[in-house]
Amino acid sequence: MLIKSIFGGKSEVTESGSKKCPVVLMTRIRLARNLADTPFPGWAKETRRKEVLETCLPSVASLSQMKRGISAEIESLSDLERQILVERHLISRELSGHADAAGVVISKDQSISVMINEEDHLRIQVIKSGYRFKSVWNAADAIDTALEEQLDFAFSSKLGYLTACPTNVGTGMRASTMMHLPALVISNQMEKVVRAVNQLGIAVRGLFGEGSDASGSIFQISNQTTLGESEEEIVKRLSSVLRTIIDQEMNAREKILEKDPNKLYDKIGRAYGILQNSHLLTSSECMNLASLVRFGVDLEMFPEKTRNIVDRMFIECQPGHVQYHAGQEIDSNARDAFRAEYMRKQFENVSRPIFNLHETSTEDDTPKPDSEPETD
Amino acid sequence: MAKPLKCDVCSEPATVHLTQIINNQIHKIDLCENCAEQKGITDPSGYSLADLLVKPESNQGAETSALSCPECGCTQREFKKSGRLGCAVCYETFETVVSPALLNMHKGDSHKGKVPQRALERATFMDRLGSLENDLKEAISSERYEDAARMRDEIIELKKAMEAAALED
Repeated sequence: MLIKSIFGGKSEVTESGSKKCPVVLMTRIRLARNLADTPFPGWAKETRRKEVLETCLPSVASLSQMKRGISAEIESLSDLERQILVERHLISRELSGHADAAGVVISKDQSISVMINEEDHLRIQVIKSGYRFKSVWNAADAIDTALEEQLDFAFSSKLGYLTACPTNVGTGMRASTMMHLPALVISNQMEKVVRAVNQLGIAVRGLFGEGSDASGSIFQISNQTTLGESEEEIVKRLSSVLRTIIDQEMNAREKILEKDPNKLYDKIGRAYGILQNSHLLTSSECMNLASLVRFGVDLEMFPEKTRNIVDRMFIECQPGHVQYHAGQEIDSNARDAFRAEYMRKQFENVSRPIFNLHETSTEDDTPKPDSEPETD
Repeated sequence: MAKPLKCDVCSEPATVHLTQIINNQIHKIDLCENCAEQKGITDPSGYSLADLLVKPESNQGAETSALSCPECGCTQREFKKSGRLGCAVCYETFETVVSPALLNMHKGDSHKGKVPQRALERATFMDRLGSLENDLKEAISSERYEDAARMRDEIIELKKAMEAAALED
């Protein structure tokens, strides 16, 4: 039942292709909150954890933002359902692994999820497609304020919101964007970029957070520090770093096209060929192919509507989603076959890439955060 | 030949060398294999150098490691092992360890962001209540019974106001 409602509605994460946004795939903010006078989940006894779940789950589910949303105890979900939620960034791997007395509430449009008894009692997360810190922060802030009406949060006037891990204390906020950086990866500049931004207190991770690889050239870039700056200052500092990374990526794209366009056209042409004809595809290969096609869309080699297919691919080629579409749990060999078949179908009607020199198409259309159109 | 580096924790020869840059400051640490494993460095799923930098001072080390939180029972050893605190009070209990670590890992040592209104009101109430109760004790012990009666009434009023505020929410 849960899976059906997840797939039934339109979701922020899988519908991002509607707007042209070459580098920033999604924007996310999460806030860590804890109840006052209650031990943190990692230290609390089972009974206290249950109490927290019983207090928080109805409180969160009753918020107007969560109307007609999904609310579930993690223990009641199958492995496959949990995996699908992880792949959609709606719960963390950690929550999926430590399911006892843990829960989640997800809004109908899947842009908001609140995890209960993860590392902290509450993890409020808002995720939207494109580059939209302002609207993402407004949504997270509103949920937090609404919850504060019902729940007492652990807060100290000196240290701010108190969290289980001291790395989150203060604002309890982690702001991040998912960035698609194929040219920086192709030209071997990512290591340099990572080193440089780390020095500025900004972290770079793979698509699925800590410890995940960077297949598909997608990186999650977030603030590392939470104390000593306001939420606004943190986002501002992060945005200026993101701006630089976007510029670097755009420069790298231009250089590749200038220096060795055939090498790039070859990669993109092959990716198209494989997606239309392969019979075995691992998720990691699929991610990398999707990345190349997306790059091709940015260069106007494929029609704009192809962007939506590849953005969905990044999620739908993950093992949990493949098994859902297959209608049963299947082993990894069968998944590779099914994934290839699924992609052949997706790419059946995508026309061949147009190869010619694009001199103007590397222009960056990412809206600046200040001028972002507020759609909600 | 260069002298082999010694482990910063136990002084065995160090084989693991770690450099982390936080806020433009370079932090270096050398560890032997055993200590590295204990501190979770071989486990890529997450550790923070800041946790490692919190070395017990050689003498008081034994004492402070045994320190435990009066509220939740979490010990300093536990905190160092997991990098997670047990409850909100742990921030006070382990302040001597946490505060310098916070400075290392963050941009500052005091909160500048959002403030939850309710928690703030509660904190003000509790502060006021605490100081009134103290005054009351003092008044009684110095036999100023008129003052004590006034303070008792004030405490009752304050508690009523707190309850009313709680009901409103």
